[in-house]
Amino acid sequence: MTVLNPLKPSERMKIPRQHSIEQLASDRVQGFTEVSFGVDEERAMIEATRCLECKNAVCVEGCPVGIDIRSFIQLILQKDYAGAVNKIREANYLPAICGRVCPQEEQCEAVCTLGKKHMPVAIGKLERFVADYEMEHNLFTPPVIAERRDEKVAIVGSGPAGLTCAAELAKMGYRVTIFEALHAVGGVLRYGIPEFRLPRKVLDLETDRIRGLGVEIQTNFLVGRTATIDEFFEEWGFSAVFLGTGAGTPNFMGIPGESLPGVYSANEFLTRVNLMKANKFPDFDTPIRMGSNVAVIGGGNTAMDAVRTAKRLGAERAILVYRRSRQEMPARQEEIHHAEEEGIELLLLTNPTRILGNENHTVTGMECQRMELGEPDESGRRKPVPVKGSEFVIPVQIVIEAVGQQPNPIIQATTPGLKTGKRGVVETNEKQGTSRLGVFAGGDLARGGATVILAMRDGKQAAVAIHEYIQSKLRVEENKVIVSTGAEVVGT
Amino acid sequence: MFPIISKEILAPTISKFVIHAPLAGKKRKAGNFVIIRVIENGERIPLTIVDSNLAEGTITLIVQAIGKTTKLLCSMNAGDSILDVVGPLGNPTPIENHGSVACVGGGVGTAEMYPITKALKGAGNRVFSIIGGRSKDLVILEEEMRAYSDEVFITTDDGSYGQKGIVTDPLRQLLMNSQSGIKAVYAIGPLPMMKAVSNLTKEFGVHTLVSLNAIMVDGTGMCGGCRVTIDGKMKFACVDGPEFDGHQVDFDELILRNRSYLDFERMANEQLLKEMASSHEVAP
Ligand SMILES: Cc1cc2nc3c(=O)[nH]c(=O)nc-3n(C[C@H](O)[C@H](O)[C@H](O)COP(=O)(O)OP(=O)(O)OC[C@H]3O[C@@H](n4cnc5c(N)ncnc54)[C@H](O)[C@@H]3O)c2cc1C
Ligand SMILES: Cc1cc2nc3c(=O)[nH]c(=O)nc-3n(C[C@H](O)[C@H](O)[C@H](O)COP(=O)(O)OP(=O)(O)OC[C@H]3O[C@@H](n4cnc5c(N)ncnc54)[C@H](O)[C@@H]3O)c2cc1C
Ligand code: SF4
Ligand code: FES
Repeated sequence: MTVLNPLKPSERMKIPRQHSIEQLASDRVQGFTEVSFGVDEERAMIEATRCLECKNAVCVEGCPVGIDIRSFIQLILQKDYAGAVNKIREANYLPAICGRVCPQEEQCEAVCTLGKKHMPVAIGKLERFVADYEMEHNLFTPPVIAERRDEKVAIVGSGPAGLTCAAELAKMGYRVTIFEALHAVGGVLRYGIPEFRLPRKVLDLETDRIRGLGVEIQTNFLVGRTATIDEFFEEWGFSAVFLGTGAGTPNFMGIPGESLPGVYSANEFLTRVNLMKANKFPDFDTPIRMGSNVAVIGGGNTAMDAVRTAKRLGAERAILVYRRSRQEMPARQEEIHHAEEEGIELLLLTNPTRILGNENHTVTGMECQRMELGEPDESGRRKPVPVKGSEFVIPVQIVIEAVGQQPNPIIQATTPGLKTGKRGVVETNEKQGTSRLGVFAGGDLARGGATVILAMRDGKQAAVAIHEYIQSKLRVEENKVIVSTGAEVVGT
Repeated sequence: MFPIISKEILAPTISKFVIHAPLAGKKRKAGNFVIIRVIENGERIPLTIVDSNLAEGTITLIVQAIGKTTKLLCSMNAGDSILDVVGPLGNPTPIENHGSVACVGGGVGTAEMYPITKALKGAGNRVFSIIGGRSKDLVILEEEMRAYSDEVFITTDDGSYGQKGIVTDPLRQLLMNSQSGIKAVYAIGPLPMMKAVSNLTKEFGVHTLVSLNAIMVDGTGMCGGCRVTIDGKMKFACVDGPEFDGHQVDFDELILRNRSYLDFERMANEQLLKEMASSHEVAP
């Protein structure tokens, strides 16, 4: 390979990590336009030169889908941006999405050699750069699709797990149909993650490309009710089924006052805005209640998205209430940082105990309790314990709960023999196979709540396993044919 | 797209639609509903599947025009199309032979009651039906209900048709009359009506099923907006219901929750009326 980067490693290490260009916080809270513009070509090139091009590129192991990171960075150095994004696409069919929402700091960038002593290569920003470059310059070339096969595969749910499984199988030539309960495609990418982190234009483009592989997407189809898995096999002629229905059912805290109008699950709040465009009421018909003070309970990505959305809907005070300390917050550092820039208040070591309403049954406040950190619990994080007599009330008109989700029970309840574990999480083996022959599962449904890239990893893995399963079934059938013709020969 | 095959006006504000939606109709049972979205900017709203025709691939919806979405739908005609229809949703009504049952429908609730009445009759029950409406105009599906009932009672608030009064009047008489032998009551209508029915049947210790019209968004258990309190526990009306034991429902809470968006609804409604008025002006 020609030397693309004339700099010595020691020189590369001296280059500072490049930052994204971002919209001013005061501007961006006025609307839903994207917070980060990513890096431009110049910064991308500087960032790419930082890469040490390690022989043992550990970053690749850090990537749940094994993107050949070193190679795509080398392609950037050659200014072959289309080549770079196609390199990514060999392992990951949604680069423009992953470049925006993946927690790279916990994956590829966490293990990057450069990160041992310096800041790691901004792999995520490079991924986004090449994906956006391709989009802006219309450089997309559809991948080669293997010869069309006769076998049909049903994919349930159009989140990242389902989309990825569908894309992989379509590339192998299978006839793939995605069944989605909602009227729009994308799962959490559509109804959960707000536009200011993932513009709909990007999502639409990526999903259109999956349709472009020949994947059919049937919206308005709730599997389990509209048709069952058994019917997919018996009546619809599917050879295998992949379940990627996510973990969409929201938990509630179970505190008094939760049924007051003005109390939302984060899912409902985000769905009203992201899917139904309640922020554009009355041009769009779905309403949403707002107030000058909004409290969001929780410390994960969902809570962060809800509180930043509340700010954009006009809340003067948007307060995140979390029972542990900042260190334990599961949300991405970058999101916490963005939230603080936008004026989000963090009320840490605080746990809500009651939601208060007035005689008109509108929310007037939330009673909370101070917490302190005790011994580590089973998650390894220090367990919050209430401080006696520390109750206080924060004046709010809207309360949004983002305290975890679990799988939607419809599929499990309507698919006999499908084994589930704690909280309805579907049990899978290392090949994403379930207890039902021909039925595979992955993503949040099999993990109880994880990330976009892990859902994609499961979808990919399942596609390989489904291919193996269908081929071995075909071989068995072929053998049967041979046996039966053999018998005929004997007979005559 | 889901084309409207036919439309019939049952009452000044109530229309019946036959819609081509073969997937939603194929497996539907009494008690199931669909969620529809009429136009791109529209809301998702639940409507009961009143009937279906497998051969034609159609479902029947009966809609009362009360707000923006239902008014918009009711202004549509055969040949127009609805953007989205998903279903069948919710749990089907548990149908068994109780011996004698009372089926109580109030207003457009009678439309939702009709498939259940039909199924209960089919299961061999002796069926007493009570149809209530504010006035004669709003008493719907009388003939259809008669076809599957052993006896039908009609009440109107203003006495313009049937007995003057509310549905609990004939129901009380039926419950007091040992000959009727009512073992179960099914009631669908406005929340205050279902509450009154449940309070009455509780006195008599007669099992009562009501269908809760909570405000829904997805209808798949994903938002929790449709949460209701049943026997002190939180349930999601769209996946755990929509029918629940009337004696365990916290009606007052649901009545409050259903008023969550009154100001918004008024605004949307006014806007629709304005739009309709201006489209009339430009029309020749
Ligand atoms: C607000 C929010 C923000 C997040 N931010 C991030 C982030 O920044 N980075 C990150 O990596 N992860 C993030 N996550 C987590 C990530 O979105 C999920 O882990 C991921 O979407 C799971 O993908 P999935 O394909 O398993 O399911 P989902 O994305 O949940 O999709 C499941 C789909 O299946 C459909 N469905 C369900 N039941 C049925 C049925 N019976 N029939 C037909 N269709 C059905 C649903 O309607 C849905 O469209 C976030 C999650 C939330 C809620
Ligand atoms: C399971 C179920 C079955 C139903 N079946 C029928 C039926 O067969 N025929 C019929 O005419 N009506 C039925 N309804 C009621 C119907 O959904 C509402 O009348 C409709 O949503 C009103 O919308 P709108 O925009 O016209 O009125 P709006 O002015 O928006 O609202 C009027 C009232 O309807 C209720 N409502 C508003 N939005 C929703 C929503 N998204 N989901 C549920 N309720 C809402 C609220 O209580 C509100 O105060 C059913 C409701 C449920 C939950
Ligand atoms: S580990 Fe870091 S420095 Fe090494 S190849 Fe990967 S991105 Fe480049
Ligand atoms: S309508 Fe969203 S959970 Fe029932």
